[in-house]
Amino acid sequence: MLHMADAVFLALAVMTIGSAIAALEVRSLIYGSIALMGTLGGIAGFFLLLDSPFVAMFQIAVYIGSIAVLILFTVMLVRRQLIFIKIEDPRRRYAGIGLMLVMMLALGAVILASGIKSIQTDEPPVDFREIGEDFLIYYWPALVLMALILASSVIGALTLARREDITNEQHNA
Amino acid sequence: MSNTMLDFVIVSIALLAIGIYGMSVKRNAIRMLFAVEMIVNAANLNLVAFARFLPNSQGQTFALFSIAIAAAEVGVGLALIIVAYRMYKNVDIAEFRSLKG
Repeated sequence: MLHMADAVFLALAVMTIGSAIAALEVRSLIYGSIALMGTLGGIAGFFLLLDSPFVAMFQIAVYIGSIAVLILFTVMLVRRQLIFIKIEDPRRRYAGIGLMLVMMLALGAVILASGIKSIQTDEPPVDFREIGEDFLIYYWPALVLMALILASSVIGALTLARREDITNEQHNA
Repeated sequence: MSNTMLDFVIVSIALLAIGIYGMSVKRNAIRMLFAVEMIVNAANLNLVAFARFLPNSQGQTFALFSIAIAAAEVGVGLALIIVAYRMYKNVDIAEFRSLKG
């Protein structure tokens, strides 16, 4: 008899890994970015299973709410033929699959040989109020720095994507 | 808590390996960004899993920082892709050649 949480875990694992493969292999970039949303949502589900609802909600808000939508909009800006063609070297494809399998086997062997196989916990989960204390008491300089980094990255992205020819035309007219 | 930590770490390893496959094989800049997102998410899953089983609140704090940094990185990355697309009319990274010696 499968335990309830185990069934949820298996479903989440299949959804996460399956849609990760689909995001890379589906022909259309639009369906690919929707599949990427599935991966990110699956990770949010894992966070819920790990009793971290705050991180799960943050993941849904930031990744599915903003990053996935931003990627969808960028894909729609690209020319139509480019969305539907696959650009890759067939020779590098086999090398890449080999690299993937080697990574999985090597890291899996290291993890299985280490002591974390037996780690189980019966302790209650961390309260999310402790995260707030962490942020505002111990890591407040990092929090301020994070706000500055986010603001400067938004300004940088806008500056990069700005079209100077349009402003010049308006100026001349 | 019925799952052991090993389960979460194995999912994280699988996601990391798929991300590395995508980074090494794909030449479409947008798909490479997908692969980067997968690798970042695998790292976040590891952070939160270790934080749950220690248990310790700091892993979740770092995962939140990491998510915010990833958001900034995607914004700048997409802006760079749009600029490159405007210059070369393509998203194939093998075509972005003006810095090639």
